[in-house]
Amino acid sequence: MDFQVVVLAGGTSKNLVPLVSKEVPKALLPVGNRPLVSYVLDLLEQSNLKDIIVVVGGADAAVKVGAWISSAYVDRLRVEVVAAPEDKGTAAALRAISHHLTASDVLVVSGDLVCDVPPGAVAAAHRRHDAVVTAMLCSTPVSGNTESVSSSGKEKKPARCNIIGLDVTKQFLLHIAAGTEVNKDMRYQKSIQQAAGQMEIRTDLMDAHLYAFKRSVLQEVLVKDLDQKEKFRSLKQDVLPYLVRTQLRSDVLTNVTLQTEENGNGILSSDKNQVMLSQLLANASTPSFHELFALGRNGVASTMRKTHKCCVYIAGNDKYCARLNSIQAYSDINRDVIGDASHLSGYSFSPQHNIIHPFAEIGSKTKVGPHCIIGEGSQMGDKCSVKRSVIGRHCRIGSDVKIVNSVVMDHITISDGCSIQSSVICSNVQLQERAVLKDCQVGAGYVVTAGSENKGESLAKKEKTVST
Amino acid sequence: MVRRTSRAAEDADDLTHVPLQAILLADSFATKFRPITLERPKVLLPLVGIPMIDYSLEWLESAGVEEVFVFCCAHSKQVIQHLAKSQWLKNPDMAVTTIESHNSISAGDAMRVIYERNVIHGDFVLVTGDTVSNMSLAEALQEHKDRRKKDSNAVMTMVVKKSKPSPITHQSRLGTDELFVAINPDTKQLLSYEDNANPIDKSLLSDNSSISLRNNMQDCYIDICAPEVLSLFTDNFDYQHLRRDFLKGLLVDEITDYKIYTHEIHSSYAAKVENFRSYDTISKDIIHRWTYPLVPDVQYFGSSAVKLGRQGVYSASDIGLSSNAQIGPFTLIGKGTSVGSNSKVSNSIIGEGCKIGSNVSIEGSHIWNNVTIEDGCKLKHAILCDGVVMKARAVLEPGVILSFKVVIGKDFVVPAYSKVSLYEQPIFQDSDEELEYADSSNGMAEISSISASTGMPDGELVSRAAEASEVGADGAGYIWSVFEGREEEWRHSVAPISEDKLAELLQAADDVLDVPHVENHQHSEELVAPSIDPENLTDDNIDEFEKEVEATFQRAVQENIKDDNVVLEVNSLRLSYNMAAADCAGALFYSVMKLAVETPHSSISELLHNVTRLIRKWAKLLKYYLSSIDEEIEVILKFEEMCTESTKELSPLFTKVLQFLYEDVDLIQEEAILSWESEKMGADEVDRVFLKQAEPFIQWLKTAQEEDSEEEE
Repeated sequence: MDFQVVVLAGGTSKNLVPLVSKEVPKALLPVGNRPLVSYVLDLLEQSNLKDIIVVVGGADAAVKVGAWISSAYVDRLRVEVVAAPEDKGTAAALRAISHHLTASDVLVVSGDLVCDVPPGAVAAAHRRHDAVVTAMLCSTPVSGNTESVSSSGKEKKPARCNIIGLDVTKQFLLHIAAGTEVNKDMRYQKSIQQAAGQMEIRTDLMDAHLYAFKRSVLQEVLVKDLDQKEKFRSLKQDVLPYLVRTQLRSDVLTNVTLQTEENGNGILSSDKNQVMLSQLLANASTPSFHELFALGRNGVASTMRKTHKCCVYIAGNDKYCARLNSIQAYSDINRDVIGDASHLSGYSFSPQHNIIHPFAEIGSKTKVGPHCIIGEGSQMGDKCSVKRSVIGRHCRIGSDVKIVNSVVMDHITISDGCSIQSSVICSNVQLQERAVLKDCQVGAGYVVTAGSENKGESLAKKEKTVST
Repeated sequence: MVRRTSRAAEDADDLTHVPLQAILLADSFATKFRPITLERPKVLLPLVGIPMIDYSLEWLESAGVEEVFVFCCAHSKQVIQHLAKSQWLKNPDMAVTTIESHNSISAGDAMRVIYERNVIHGDFVLVTGDTVSNMSLAEALQEHKDRRKKDSNAVMTMVVKKSKPSPITHQSRLGTDELFVAINPDTKQLLSYEDNANPIDKSLLSDNSSISLRNNMQDCYIDICAPEVLSLFTDNFDYQHLRRDFLKGLLVDEITDYKIYTHEIHSSYAAKVENFRSYDTISKDIIHRWTYPLVPDVQYFGSSAVKLGRQGVYSASDIGLSSNAQIGPFTLIGKGTSVGSNSKVSNSIIGEGCKIGSNVSIEGSHIWNNVTIEDGCKLKHAILCDGVVMKARAVLEPGVILSFKVVIGKDFVVPAYSKVSLYEQPIFQDSDEELEYADSSNGMAEISSISASTGMPDGELVSRAAEASEVGADGAGYIWSVFEGREEEWRHSVAPISEDKLAELLQAADDVLDVPHVENHQHSEELVAPSIDPENLTDDNIDEFEKEVEATFQRAVQENIKDDNVVLEVNSLRLSYNMAAADCAGALFYSVMKLAVETPHSSISELLHNVTRLIRKWAKLLKYYLSSIDEEIEVILKFEEMCTESTKELSPLFTKVLQFLYEDVDLIQEEAILSWESEKMGADEVDRVFLKQAEPFIQWLKTAQEEDSEEEE
């Protein structure tokens, strides 16, 4: 398949502090004891997409990510890891590697996507419609959010991620609003509405940040100026809405048709008026509203209109799809990959629905409930209780420790009598006796003092935060 | 009549059976069919030979409606006469009762009249007398009733049908403007009803996870209503139009929470004759049998029998066709009509008793009864009312309407889209379409006045018109001019839109698309209206009102508008913002002062000069709003506010200007100043700055007053 894949793996995302650091960029954050980026890479591999460029924000992070990927995926994928300037937006990251792109279509995937929707299906939909962009949509994750969101007290109901307008066949994207636009009145484009006749507006769908682009269009749009001074910054908030907005008057994409013709790809050609009309007559399937619009009335348009198609691939409700872009999402996804969506973790679970590594040691009267993972070389004392939690490698856990709904990464020392609930504990943290954590995030290397009780806090070593 | 009404009342008393009732509005409260409707009400105009109202009644009967109230207003006598003559009033299956009103000028008025009659006792069907439909109401009624059981606020179910507007003209094939409707696809609740692509309110987005936004819908104007609908019209006495006022009013009303639902029909037919274009379209649909069983060859209306032949040609039994006349496809020829040799008729409807000469060409036209068309005439897409005569070789270009008994002279060519009537176009053109041709008495008066002014009976009017010869040397009739502000003629004409026009529109559409589209984040931020919070509503209102007044005033200054007109404008603003006279006075005074401050000045004295000059200039206008002490106090307070807040440079002049207002222009009386003073005495120290400043002046006033009173004594 002539598809190039770009994985935007991010750098050390601010949203995830203190979980990420210079040592652990976002891509390598462990999810179910596997680096986050491995989920996307495995998914691509399953769809036989093996030409992959991974863009990492920041040179140091790129080195780390590159080292891990080359060790894990050697002989499996052709991965090129490229560093891009950090915090300049997804469009800037793509712009930085634009010259690497040569295939006719490009699949752009966010590196924080954890899902089981085959990207190959998105690519196929993209090819089938000869679209300039195809976006994957999934239902807005509400799975675990409801309980945990209410506990964090931020929002009452599942947040709206996007406002999405679809045509009646649910194949074409007529409108998309992201970011702050979502909470405003929806202004749609009259001409698109008129051409399509009917638009289904959905507020329960989320843009999963998995796009198939026509390469020539992508490159043209990336160098385009927005507002005469600034270039597009974000794929999700700028590039995609721009393409959707201009789909019925793609005057901006003048070179596109010529280039695609050179590539011998598709039938978009300058004399497509005749070609298309005959094709429509020959083709039993009903033409899309773009084609009808382009042809004008009775196919005698005074000027041939240039249009392009923006398509969608909507993931079924049975599919899992989430983006790890907040601490809340980190907890949710960790819980899901060992719980409801355990097939994603790639492990085979025991009949008790948990995984205890053969080299892990469990003390007497310690209970490990379902939906748990205990990593290699970890030791647990007596009378411990672990529920719905992930415990990493080489942890030393004392006796009478309770761990519920939490993620405990590698090389962590937990002394006797600690209680950890709904928390994330990063590597090399030390918990002294009877420390209590609830709804906390503990940054790498932190020491939680004996007997301290922490609730809803983000704990990190001071110098660490400065250095990140 | 009286007997009927009493019988209806008896029926209603019978509680065991609630009959299905319907209201049929036999008046469109519009003027789209002028000049024809000067002489005959719209509902009696023949559609493929049958008056429109008969289609509506026939359908209501077949749909199981047991009781119909026909509301007549314009030409009500004619409507009632027709109903009596056509046996509708004696129908055993469906009781037809007429309700007559002469002072209703809108559908809203009609609903209020019907409410007062207290004849509607349950859910009812609301239609107009120009509806052609064959849909079954059972399903829609059932849905409506089920919804009502669950939620008594579901007061209305409106029938819609898919109809994609033309991509070029953006109107439906019925000639109606496009409609943007938002519907909840699961519940079918109507969420918005707009004639343009207005933004969708964010509250709708948060309430509905899925919204179907459609502009491929046709409103059929068939509504199933709960009885509350009638009282809603009475409660909101300003509701006039069924859609513009009532429907939209309910949609935006957040307090009452009434809900409107839609019922989409797919295979059955429903359409309303709204203009000449829809008249033509629906006629063709009838000929093409989309409205079956309401088609000419099915004897529903007691009309003369016609038979359907090949190619959709319907012909009555006793017609005189010349052997070499070509009667083309989809044509109807009525009883007693003769067509001469070598004449061609296609896609047309020809009524009864018409005489059509030889070598005549008729295409896509509607010819009513007893029309004479002499040899060699050519007609294309025209409507010819009863008794029209076309002399030899006359030509009608597309879109011509010839009203009753018009005579077109020999060889005369009537230009496209002309409307010709024996009656002169009323010079008095009410700009408000709703009000125009309001009641029959008015219409009749108009007509009689025309006859009176000519001082001649009808026949002689014709000959007089012939002298006018607007339609040829031996013709009779006036060509009505299209007056300004009207929708362009071609849009609603009976003639199809010409190729030239289409090309022009297409070009225009392309141009619009080519205009760089400015839509961005800032843009949308600007346009988002601030959410209306009831608490700060009044403040916002006052601010906005003041801005409007200021703008009005500035325009008055720039364009030298007379005081009287400014007063009119300000008054209308006052009404629309619901403000008191004092607010007007304050706002106007503010505008004058602001202008003074904005006039370039270098020193305080120059500013004072500006102020006095302008106040003197606009004194008369200000005086208009300063009729009582209250308003005067408001002006002083406003002035004080300006001095402390917006235009501080005025503050040193406070006393001087106050004095000037009192002494020189006599805008403010001493009582106002003194009550202002007493009001301010109790205020904080900060608020009394200007009181202090004006202290000497007030003291002087007081002593002067005392002196005055002493003198009086």
